[in-house]
Amino acid sequence: MMPPRTTPEIGGMGHSLKRKEDPRFIRGKGTYVDDVQLPGMLYLDIVRSPFAHARIKKIDASRALAVPGVLAVITGQDLAKYNLHWMPTLMSDTQMVLPVEKVMYQAQEVAAVLATDRYLAADGVDAVEVEYEPLPVVVDPRKALEPGAPVLRTDKKDKKDNHIWHWEWGDRAATDRAFQGADVTVKEDIYLPRIHVASIETCGCVAHFDKVTGKLTVWMTTQAPHAIRTVFALVAGHVGLEEHKIRIISPDIGGGFGGKVPVYPGYVIAVAASVLTGKPVKWIEDRMENLQADSFARDYHITAELAATRDGRLTALRIKTLADHGYADAAANPSKFPAGLFHICTGSYDFKAAHVEVDGAYTNKPPGGIAYRCSFRVTEAVHTIERMADLMAHQLGMDPAEFRLKNFIKPEQFPYRSALGWEYDSGDYAGALRKAMEKIGYANLRREQAEKRQRGELMGIGISSFTEIVGAGPSKHFDILGLKMFDSCEIRIHPTGKAIARFGTKSQGQGHETTYAQILAEELGIPAKDIQVEEGDTDTAPYGLGTYASRSTPVAGAAAAMAARKIRDKARKLAAHLLEAAEEDLLWEPGKFSVKGAPGRAKTIQEIAFAAYTNHPQGMEAGLEAVSYYDPPSLTYPFGSYICVVDVDKGTGEVKVRRFVAVDDCGNIINPMIVEGQIHGGLTMGLAPALYEEISYDEQGNIRGGSFIDYLVPTAVETPKWETDKTCTPSPHHPLGAKGVGESATVGAPAAIANAVVDALWHLGVRHVDIPITPAKVWKLLREHGVTE
Amino acid sequence: MRVEVTINRERYASDVEPRLLLVHLIRDVLRLTGTHIGCDTTHCGACTVLLDGRPVKSCTVFAVQAHGRELMTVEGLEQDGNLHPVQEGFMQEHGLQCGYCTPGMLMTSYAFLRKAKDPTEDEIRLAISGNLCRCTGYVNIVKAIQHAAARLRQGGT
Repeated sequence: MMPPRTTPEIGGMGHSLKRKEDPRFIRGKGTYVDDVQLPGMLYLDIVRSPFAHARIKKIDASRALAVPGVLAVITGQDLAKYNLHWMPTLMSDTQMVLPVEKVMYQAQEVAAVLATDRYLAADGVDAVEVEYEPLPVVVDPRKALEPGAPVLRTDKKDKKDNHIWHWEWGDRAATDRAFQGADVTVKEDIYLPRIHVASIETCGCVAHFDKVTGKLTVWMTTQAPHAIRTVFALVAGHVGLEEHKIRIISPDIGGGFGGKVPVYPGYVIAVAASVLTGKPVKWIEDRMENLQADSFARDYHITAELAATRDGRLTALRIKTLADHGYADAAANPSKFPAGLFHICTGSYDFKAAHVEVDGAYTNKPPGGIAYRCSFRVTEAVHTIERMADLMAHQLGMDPAEFRLKNFIKPEQFPYRSALGWEYDSGDYAGALRKAMEKIGYANLRREQAEKRQRGELMGIGISSFTEIVGAGPSKHFDILGLKMFDSCEIRIHPTGKAIARFGTKSQGQGHETTYAQILAEELGIPAKDIQVEEGDTDTAPYGLGTYASRSTPVAGAAAAMAARKIRDKARKLAAHLLEAAEEDLLWEPGKFSVKGAPGRAKTIQEIAFAAYTNHPQGMEAGLEAVSYYDPPSLTYPFGSYICVVDVDKGTGEVKVRRFVAVDDCGNIINPMIVEGQIHGGLTMGLAPALYEEISYDEQGNIRGGSFIDYLVPTAVETPKWETDKTCTPSPHHPLGAKGVGESATVGAPAAIANAVVDALWHLGVRHVDIPITPAKVWKLLREHGVTE
Repeated sequence: MRVEVTINRERYASDVEPRLLLVHLIRDVLRLTGTHIGCDTTHCGACTVLLDGRPVKSCTVFAVQAHGRELMTVEGLEQDGNLHPVQEGFMQEHGLQCGYCTPGMLMTSYAFLRKAKDPTEDEIRLAISGNLCRCTGYVNIVKAIQHAAARLRQGGT
């Protein structure tokens, strides 16, 4: 890590500034969507389907309409009059807002009740009577693709099966050849189950349509307000909601993690209800609605194979995957990549050949395929390659650390082009792994494990040396519904040298108000405390694609640096005018320009800002403002090595994470305190699916894991005391050398934990265990392998 | 039904339906929106407030059950412009990110530290195990509570 270039008073990069957001949050003075209360506001609540697949025979609203305070019951038929009963998904599939004919998953929206009070709206929901005719249910994507399976998307005229798309990447022939000639191969089926981000704030909105001005304002739990505005305008322009008449405000957001990227039917119904009534309408989902109907993550059925030489050199990777998308492909992926960036599955290793195939299938489950705090499908890729690397190492009788060190891409190979075509920007994978091994005392742990095994105790050590791919993205490859994935920053310096900066992204807890101010402090020398950062209001902020996939620092952070540099260019001209010196004779240090050889002759950025409004030279425009729309030349590749130690209870099958060391490398760091906080949080969201969280379905499509009673978000008791460290390999193409960090730990952690459990049980004959690794699952394995009676 | 409560040392009276939950009285009627709602099964703790000094999850208490009693919410922690040590601890130790679980965490911590003067890490973790946080991974929340405990031992209020 380089020492900071700026003083703590300026607070540029590398300073652990306390967060600007915190004073309001610790006083309970944040403004989240449900805190917005407008005069005359109505409440919307939703009738949901008890069936996973059924024809709607009749919706009888008469009892509901008799409830005092219930104003309307909205059905698909009502919305169909305006062609608003369906909407496009982010992957250009279609999704119902409200059904006119069939429901496709349990908890699907069936009708909505509008009332004067949230309790009365709930009364109305209870009183709506819906008559269903159950239809055959398909929950297993393998069965969905069998000949003769009921075709689910009967709304699509030519659809004759439940297959959505086939996607493949890499060199099939070269990969097949490498496998034919391989000394050693391993193969494993790996399932990454459905999980849910479960941000503590659920989703919701307050829609307010002003009938006089024709303007719609929506306070909304969204990670991508600008893109949402455009989608609303494209879908509802024909009923008068044109883009300049729509204002999306994403206020304080109580966690996003990917779950607040999509448009959910509740938002659209609330907007429609406000447009029809001319009154503000609030819709806030409860936790069960959130877990049962909002977009899921993962649900990937993976078969992976590795080939290697006898002495432990990896040669080829082959993967086939079946992706369960529920009843609609509503993934939040870049348009070009239906399986996200799953083809980062070659990971940190130097493969000569690789081939990957993914097939999408429809089932009677909620739509989605969003990320769970990770860049598009990267956790799925990392989990697969890191599980397989361990499997191969064990198969060869090699230590998993030694095996990795032998196969890592070497520092001198960067920029490195992977077998699947990605150009990695920079990395030192061995450096991170060696640091983690030293910190945890790897050699001693292996000795301890051997001794314990002698005594019949079960202890495991798991490694995950992951490489991420974030910062989407270069616009030649990355768009969502055609919107190129740039991002933006607009800066205005006021006459007194204070500033306001606005961005196209939206923090959901990452601390943008602090870190963006630090980037500007770094570039302009204006103290971070004097820079107000705003985002999330489409009427004021420049257009951007939002915050997800760890893209804020790689893309909008870069935009901040580039906009600041435009300001500095103009400031130099102003300084030359004020100092009566040639521009090339001026030296910049954070906060001032001085004349070379005459350090006493200087003008501070604040003096220059004042001059921009009071004493600018003839022929120069007044003011000190800039905007940058940054289109990154490439992606960034944060990485790390994690080592986890687990003890397995032979009696109960319980896995206890005794130690977990995380060494991360996200390039240059803006705020070390915030980076460490992001890693702590990410690790906990890696632990969660590794050991606890799953949403599954029975054969009738009934949800298991649909409330916090059985969807087990870890508490402080289960969560270990994370140990973190870092290495620093700057990105060569990012203007600040930064890479992004918000999701690294979620991506890397599950494999370390799973590898540790398998490592504890390998000598018994256990080769793999799917996450979540519950006590029941382990106990069953122990029983099968003769350890427990 | 008539409900009279003292909340953050101020008295309020309101006519409410018997089924109104305490959290909705606090948020929607009294407009103290620092108390949040994160689930409907009493698991997440975002709605934690103090009822006669004891932490309760206000989504599982009827407003009428608070009649004649004393409530404290996150808005009551700061006194005369001075932050309470738990608030300072969370800010100093980066014990919050999105801020949504924070008011509940603060109220649980406040009540815990009135009893536990020098708690161990395990005791702290157990004390906050009824409050879910999705952002921080709890490490810095533990540090924040330790920070506050140290301040309180030095005579902070």
